[in-house]
Amino acid sequence: MKRKFFILTLLALTLASCAPAPSVAAITPPYIDTGIDPESWALIHAGSFPYGQHDHITDVDYDYEMMVTTVTNEQYARFLNEALAAGAIRVGEVEVEAGEQVWAEIGAYGFYPGDPYDGYKHEEEIKPGDKLFFPTEADGVRITFDGQTFRAIQEYSNHPATMVTWFGANAYCEYYDWRLPSEIEWEKAARGTELVNGRGLPFPWGTHIERNNANYYSSFDLFVKMFGKLGNTTPVGFYNGNTYTLEDGNYTTLDSASPYGIYDMAGNVWQWTGDDYPKQHYRHMRGGSFYSYEVDLRVWKFNSAGPQHYSPQVGFRCAR
Amino acid sequence: MQFLKERFDYLFCSTRGLTLVAIAVVSLITAIFGTLSGPMVEWGVRDLVVRLLKMELVPAAREGRIIMLYHTIAMTIVAIEVYFITELVPMKQHEQKMINGTITVGYLISVIFGMAFAYWGRNFAFHGLFLLGQSLVFFAGILLAIALVPWKKEYRSPADSPYAHTKNGLDLERVAFFVMAVSTLLSAAFGAVSGSYWSNGHETFLAEDLIRNPFKTYLQKAIIGHLHIMLTLIAIAITLIVGRWLKFQGILHRIAMPLMISGTVIITAGALSVVWVEAAHTIIYVGSVFVMLAALFFVIYSWGMLIRKGTAEIEKPTFWQKIKALLSDPIKFGPGWQMVFMNFTVSGVGIFMAVKLTEIFRVWPHREERIILTGHWHILASLIATIILFYFADLSGLKGKARKWFGWTVIIMSNIAFASVTIFSMKRLFVTEAEQQNVVNWTMLLTDIGLGLALVVLAVFMVWRLLDLFKAKGWWVQEYKSGIKRNAEAEIEEQKRKLKELEETLKEVEK
Repeated sequence: MKRKFFILTLLALTLASCAPAPSVAAITPPYIDTGIDPESWALIHAGSFPYGQHDHITDVDYDYEMMVTTVTNEQYARFLNEALAAGAIRVGEVEVEAGEQVWAEIGAYGFYPGDPYDGYKHEEEIKPGDKLFFPTEADGVRITFDGQTFRAIQEYSNHPATMVTWFGANAYCEYYDWRLPSEIEWEKAARGTELVNGRGLPFPWGTHIERNNANYYSSFDLFVKMFGKLGNTTPVGFYNGNTYTLEDGNYTTLDSASPYGIYDMAGNVWQWTGDDYPKQHYRHMRGGSFYSYEVDLRVWKFNSAGPQHYSPQVGFRCAR
Repeated sequence: MQFLKERFDYLFCSTRGLTLVAIAVVSLITAIFGTLSGPMVEWGVRDLVVRLLKMELVPAAREGRIIMLYHTIAMTIVAIEVYFITELVPMKQHEQKMINGTITVGYLISVIFGMAFAYWGRNFAFHGLFLLGQSLVFFAGILLAIALVPWKKEYRSPADSPYAHTKNGLDLERVAFFVMAVSTLLSAAFGAVSGSYWSNGHETFLAEDLIRNPFKTYLQKAIIGHLHIMLTLIAIAITLIVGRWLKFQGILHRIAMPLMISGTVIITAGALSVVWVEAAHTIIYVGSVFVMLAALFFVIYSWGMLIRKGTAEIEKPTFWQKIKALLSDPIKFGPGWQMVFMNFTVSGVGIFMAVKLTEIFRVWPHREERIILTGHWHILASLIATIILFYFADLSGLKGKARKWFGWTVIIMSNIAFASVTIFSMKRLFVTEAEQQNVVNWTMLLTDIGLGLALVVLAVFMVWRLLDLFKAKGWWVQEYKSGIKRNAEAEIEEQKRKLKELEETLKEVEK
């Protein structure tokens, strides 16, 4: 009897915990205005800063600007429409090559001149040709295409533009005569030049992380409350010290801007950077995402993938 | 006072007691530092533990802390394996005492000061003591290798021995233990030399973070070789130990031991040559095939032995009677099963990755590849731990229902957890990121339940052993007395051998 009770309790607990969970593609949050302008830029002055986990003092001998937020769905939809009208991109079936795999996808695509190839072991050749920028029919896209016009789903319009390949992110920045930031530029913008107890800042806002600092795995942010454990993206600039009032209560954020006033440099979405490293061609991403544990939100941590990769947890911002 | 002295003697002067202390130390480390990651963070336990214990978790030092943690756990596991070896493999009593004493002091210093350095303020005096502890463990390893020297006359096998031996009586199992011990010493020295450049030429890193970097330094390669071979040698050691425990012998033993000896040498050479040799991985594959074949022969033998014993009373046992006999004792069935299971969650995954690296895994983001890498070696380490527990449960005289509950819970729950981790790490093969939430929820839940229940059973077992220590006629008394008896018998044998030697010497002189 005891054994049956134990097994039944265990089974009930298991089933209760595993009720069908919504996919990122299937949920729609309410529109939330954060008050942060995604069109704004922050100036980063020339000078040295502690780079990487071991704080190597590295000099950046020029001023540059970085977008205050990641590119939003609305901004990316605008780019796609402008570029389509200008003939810089096309929409349709395009061949995608990754490793030894080749497949076809429907989406927005355009020309990329390719990367220098060294023939190194495991090196993947990035050939010149048409490359996928944004898959229009994949699970999890927040920009729709009706055959003529791209539109951001209204509730997601100020969320980071996700599901964009590195080619697509690079094309966006280049279309406006900007560029993707290098890893060094990205990290300097994220942590600034300050040393605390001889170390550079591990997080854009300081030395420790609280759950209301950023959108990451198990941070129990607003969208985790709404949609379950894995959560979702938050609108850009969400963690700015505001208290958001919603139907089921308030949610207070901490102001988590970097020393240069740049938002979302930790959590929410991984961000493509511009460097092409020889003999591999993986593109690095920085910042961690809503799927990442807090350790991946430390400013020096990186992720990498081929430039054809797209994901609901990868976005980008530009530098100039 | 006598109460304390007796318990102290049992815990620190007998093999069973020493093993119990070491398992308690690993359990304590797991219980405390396991709260700093995974679901414990989500549940808020990490923050509570950090506050309560006043830990200082500097974000930039996380990788360093993890490396210290792995080393302290590894030192303790190595100590446990050494205790088993000094009891199972014939050696002189003073050698056994010297080895066990040195390694115990070594791993305890290592654990106490290593953890104090890593988690409570990075006091470099503690780091020095951590290194002292490791040096003592290394010194104990040298003593062990000397004690295991296989060509001593007194350890020759008789011609009719059922165990693997050469024509002139060289005990090949002893050779396998000796080769494993020497390989471990070499590999540890390799790691120590590389590690000595810390803050003096290279920086702390986790191997899984460098996997896609085509420009690894010699020091980075050396450390990657070191960590892989150390875990492999720990696995080889436990395979030899359980072979000895279950009296692995006969034709399979005679085939397995040469394979194990040559496999250990080849795999060690391959792992250490990764620094300079382009074909190092091929060498490692060859060595792995030899070692895995030896382990396969052990599994065939041990399961055959269980079936034979379980059906000894039956004239013509049916298939199901054989299966029933095989599964009748989970503690003795477990080591072989975990080795087989290892193929699905560790070796199989590794081979699949190697074959499909550019086609599949390098197409995924680095974080996905990293999950597989960390997952597969955590599983290997944990499987080794469960095999250690099976042997210790047997040594502890676990009987009847308790034996079955303990054995089956550890097997089933660890297998559920490790299978779930494997599915989680491979999820990108069958589900997109946008649709993965259900898969993540299920696999994480099953992992937590599996590991949780296996750890609960271990905790119950350890509490039973702890409470037993307070009993005047507890199980520990029997273990203690049997240890004294075993030692006395061994001493008598040793004295007889010495007497015989002296008599022969006298005869020689009188001639």
